[in-house]
Amino acid sequence: MELTDLSVKELGEGYRAKTFSVVDVAKAHLVRIEKENPVLNAYLEVFDDVIAEAERAEKILADKGAGAHLLTGIPIAVKDNILIQGKRVSAASKMLENYVATYDATAITHLKNAGAFFLGRTNMDEFAMGSSTEHSAYGVTKNPHDITRVPGGSSGGSASAVAAHLAPIALGSETCGSIRQPVSLCGLVGLKPTYGEVSRSGLIAMGSSLDQIGPIARTVYDTKLVFDTIRGQDSLDGTTLPNQGETRVSNKRIGVPREFVKDAQPDVRENFEKTLDTLRSKGYEIVDIEFPSAPYGLAAYYIVMPAEVSTNLARLDGVRYGLSYEGKNLLDEYEQSRARGFGAETKRRVMLGAYVLSSGYYDAYYKRATALRSVIAEDLAKAFADVSFIATPTTPGPAFKIGEKSDPVSMYLEDIFAAPANLTGIPAISVPMNMVVRDGVSLPVGVQFMSPKRTESSLFDIARDLIGETL
Amino acid sequence: MAISADDVRKLAVLGRLSLTDEEITKLQGEIESIVAYVDVIQKVPLPETSNTSTHLDLENVMREDENPHEAGKYTEALLVQAPRREGDYVKVKKVLG
Repeated sequence: MELTDLSVKELGEGYRAKTFSVVDVAKAHLVRIEKENPVLNAYLEVFDDVIAEAERAEKILADKGAGAHLLTGIPIAVKDNILIQGKRVSAASKMLENYVATYDATAITHLKNAGAFFLGRTNMDEFAMGSSTEHSAYGVTKNPHDITRVPGGSSGGSASAVAAHLAPIALGSETCGSIRQPVSLCGLVGLKPTYGEVSRSGLIAMGSSLDQIGPIARTVYDTKLVFDTIRGQDSLDGTTLPNQGETRVSNKRIGVPREFVKDAQPDVRENFEKTLDTLRSKGYEIVDIEFPSAPYGLAAYYIVMPAEVSTNLARLDGVRYGLSYEGKNLLDEYEQSRARGFGAETKRRVMLGAYVLSSGYYDAYYKRATALRSVIAEDLAKAFADVSFIATPTTPGPAFKIGEKSDPVSMYLEDIFAAPANLTGIPAISVPMNMVVRDGVSLPVGVQFMSPKRTESSLFDIARDLIGETL
Repeated sequence: MAISADDVRKLAVLGRLSLTDEEITKLQGEIESIVAYVDVIQKVPLPETSNTSTHLDLENVMREDENPHEAGKYTEALLVQAPRREGDYVKVKKVLG
């Protein structure tokens, strides 16, 4: 057993039993990163203060003893769109290649207060726009299960790092599936929290009505531990929710929207049925539900999100910070800087946003998509009046080949099952199902559970029940 | 809905993007196929009185109208990232012609 194989829980127990030190664990991860990262490209940068930070955490452990926070001395990988004061943060874009964060994201502040430290920043699709990391300005990340395949995205670097044991846990972010899809493709656990549970302060904005930071881990326990640590009301994000204790759903009934899940690949559907059987054997009741608006969620998302993207990315103009190209005049400077700083997918979405918001199209697209969001929310409310969970495969299939989905719409369809949760703000967790085989290689694929707002505790319960994780 | 090269040029102006002819041709096809995909929402029957807000439980949150921190605390950290500066100002090209 190597130190890099241990979960956060096991690391914490080892620290307390003095079996190994925080510096031992930090060094073990650095050695493994040095060996594996040149191939995987999971990390864009490994921080130069890892050992110093590990020594600092060691002191906290010594001072606080058994009373130390369970994340004290735990190394964490951080997606490159979450600000850590004094560290570069680029959103995997040329636009922000040399940008240095001037403050900590609130999630980072919580982790620092807990005594955790950061290994480095992980690769992603530029500005979190994509499902494969192929839209990163710094090269694709590889899936540790098969390096000819993508790790998913946009939090692909974080998922690849945790799956390859280059970090025990990582932070990712979701706008639509960007945590759940990569954890499905890398065989991990990941949570998209209720909108408003985790502060967005210090997360580089993509779609502000959708964005949430969330944990990526190898166990449900570790996922919950990170979530419990980073969540909470924050005066720096007015959309964060007032604190309330753990809230659970009332029964063990799981709804399956049959019409919706038929879009998954045949062996994934088979796997999904076996997963439902397992849950049945553990006392859950499975019922078919109607979710008529679900298949339209992704289309609504590809209207709402680009609208918010075109607005949020307007600040990147070559004048305030980031890449700047000196043009003939101010407008030329904006246009040239953005043309050089943004990759193809970012440009597409900025222009699509301009399209759906322009006069003449606003009513047909943005306004209609927004109304559709509330119809989806109403469908969910009806479903949750009877069932406590809604289950679907997390993704239609396992990891695809690098370069396989060159057409934008085929890439977008990766997130078909993710969209309802993001559009309506409910939480969702993805956990591994059985493997499926492609070209003779076994590949992971996940199942997702959605539940009513603020019932993450129940999502952890069902996830633990499914994979038989005991505390 | 057909998207013309001129439409793409107009969107590029709105998005403040300078594009090559090659990019315009490529984007024309891509935006057309994405719009064709999202157009499916035109077919969904929506109730007359449908809500236009998803997060019905959100309300406006105000902070006190006071300085959140002492003046100048972040000035240097922020200005050092500006492409061009003059003293404590970000230097920009002439705005009005």
